[in-house]
Amino acid sequence: MLAIVPEAARFRYLLAWTALAVLLCALPLFLSYSQKEILVFTTINVILVVSYRHLTLTGEWSLGHVVMMGCGAYGSALASKQLGLAVPLSMLTGGVCAALVGWLLSYPLFRMKGFYFLIGSFAAGEVIRLLWKRFRDPFGGPKGLKRVPGLEEFEFAGLRIDFFDPVPYYFFSLAVAIVCIWLLWRIERSPLGWSYHAVHWGDDLARSVGIPTRRLRRRAMVTASFFAGISGALLVHYVGTVNPSRFNVEEMVYVLTWAIVGGVATLYGPILGVVSLTIVNEIILREFGLDQWRPLFYGALLIASVLFLPKGLESLVAPARSMLSRLWTRSA
Amino acid sequence: MSILEVRDLTMRFGGLHAVDGLGFSVAKDSIHGLIGPNGAGKTTTFNVISGFYRPTSGRIFHEGVEISGLPMEKVADLGIVRTFQHATLFRELSVLENVLIGCYSRRRTGLMDAIFGRWHKQDALLREEAEELLEFFGLAERADFPAGNLPHGLQRALGMAIASAARPSLMLLDEPFTGMNAEETLVMMDLTRRLRERGVSILLVEHDMRAVMGLCDCITVMNFGKLLAQGSPDEIRSHPEVIKAYLGGGHTEA
Ligand SMILES: Nc1ncnc2c1ncn2[C@@H]1O[C@H](COP(=O)(O)OP(=O)(O)OP(=O)(O)O)[C@@H](O)[C@H]1O
Ligand SMILES: [Mg+2]
Repeated sequence: MLAIVPEAARFRYLLAWTALAVLLCALPLFLSYSQKEILVFTTINVILVVSYRHLTLTGEWSLGHVVMMGCGAYGSALASKQLGLAVPLSMLTGGVCAALVGWLLSYPLFRMKGFYFLIGSFAAGEVIRLLWKRFRDPFGGPKGLKRVPGLEEFEFAGLRIDFFDPVPYYFFSLAVAIVCIWLLWRIERSPLGWSYHAVHWGDDLARSVGIPTRRLRRRAMVTASFFAGISGALLVHYVGTVNPSRFNVEEMVYVLTWAIVGGVATLYGPILGVVSLTIVNEIILREFGLDQWRPLFYGALLIASVLFLPKGLESLVAPARSMLSRLWTRSA
Repeated sequence: MSILEVRDLTMRFGGLHAVDGLGFSVAKDSIHGLIGPNGAGKTTTFNVISGFYRPTSGRIFHEGVEISGLPMEKVADLGIVRTFQHATLFRELSVLENVLIGCYSRRRTGLMDAIFGRWHKQDALLREEAEELLEFFGLAERADFPAGNLPHGLQRALGMAIASAARPSLMLLDEPFTGMNAEETLVMMDLTRRLRERGVSILLVEHDMRAVMGLCDCITVMNFGKLLAQGSPDEIRSHPEVIKAYLGGGHTEA
């Protein structure tokens, strides 16, 4: 009897993952064209918010993270337009650009902590956006860059795959997202990730035993910026344009809301946040034509979630899972 | 040769001289006491030695190497690790994880090591080491306990365990016996002695005079940031200045 339980648990585990995979693959079948586009954006946002959480592992909350995404977008757009790099390569270049900017910014920013870091990161982000606006060459000024090449189409088993179509691009982004999440997961589940926790929960104690907390914070910021940059690169080669206002504070507030509503204690928390809010947003707000109310809606949701669900949606997962498994055992 | 030498150390906060021209040295493999009335500047001295504060002036040497002004993580790397006056733990992590973090400071995992999983073998070794330390500090049964839920005495022990995980050659213990009953204090005193047998020199700040007199080979007394007296426990016990300082300071634990 006892030996059967883990077996059953593993089977359930496998079943859940298969169901998720099937769902993710079959999803485009049920969606309209514009919903498919939103699916692409959501996948990109998943990378963004998961990378944001990686930075929060060390206890710092930044207001400049979407600007890092922008660095990836601009970097990748320029690399493909000006240098003529193939898009997958330019995307990596974009990620590296964002990581570099993150690295540079980390020096002044990590002289600050908590609230000051928050404000500092906001200011740093605004400076970068100002540079994009100010320098028409190469950033294109306030109007940004246009006609950014898309991902090259290719032939696969006699099938031409065209990435202007949202469905192939969704699968491409999904693959990138899975790789990104896997990498971040590997980092988090290693002594390096545990040291990040130590930096978060006891900065002075960590330093007292020789953990270089500032260097670790910096490393987390560079890593998070890299993946934010990748998400920006994915975005820019899909929509084909990029401009500074795409990465303003309003966008940052959305990211914060996803992270807070979902919760940042687990890797899946922010994903839950971004997916559920996107669904609510697109289905409820858009269907009822309340699109302009989005900021208000997000603000109210943020407050409500802090008040009533301080640990985020992720805190509902464990109870839900135990309920499901009870139902399962009863029916089996 | 002395493991720690402090020369003419001064730490000022605004107009307040928390440490004022202090000088003393700690012999290798000794247990050295640093005592003084409340507010004498003992914790501040620890904070300066460990690199938590930058001294206003003065120099500090560790085995002949100057360490004054180095940041705390660097000082720890060189082998001086301090504990905190107020129990400082990673409260959210388990007891074992707390000690592991202390171990991680010596074997750093890089980004690529993390991604490619090149840490499992080393981690197994560190885990063994951490478990051995838990055994040593009498925490083995609580390995999976959240550190914040430990009873007070054990939190102190855990603080020492975390510090020793970094394999220091000199440990600075800030009031390790406060809030402990007589029995717990005896256990901790024994642990401190055994720590010294493992080759860790100890600089101890403590108000419990019985413990200080029982443990220390040499005692430095400070008052108002200044050196007041130095000597063996017997010398200190009968030192007129020391008696005056303690009675005058209204401090009667001695
Ligand atoms: N960060 C600081 N800023 C300003 N003053 C400080 C600071 N830290 C300590 N002091 C002052 O320095 C003096 C020495 O304090 P310290 O904590 O070193 O004393 P102590 O000997 O450890 O006392 P206790 O036995 O009570 O722990 C006190 O007057 C204290 O108020
Ligand atoms: Mg003190």
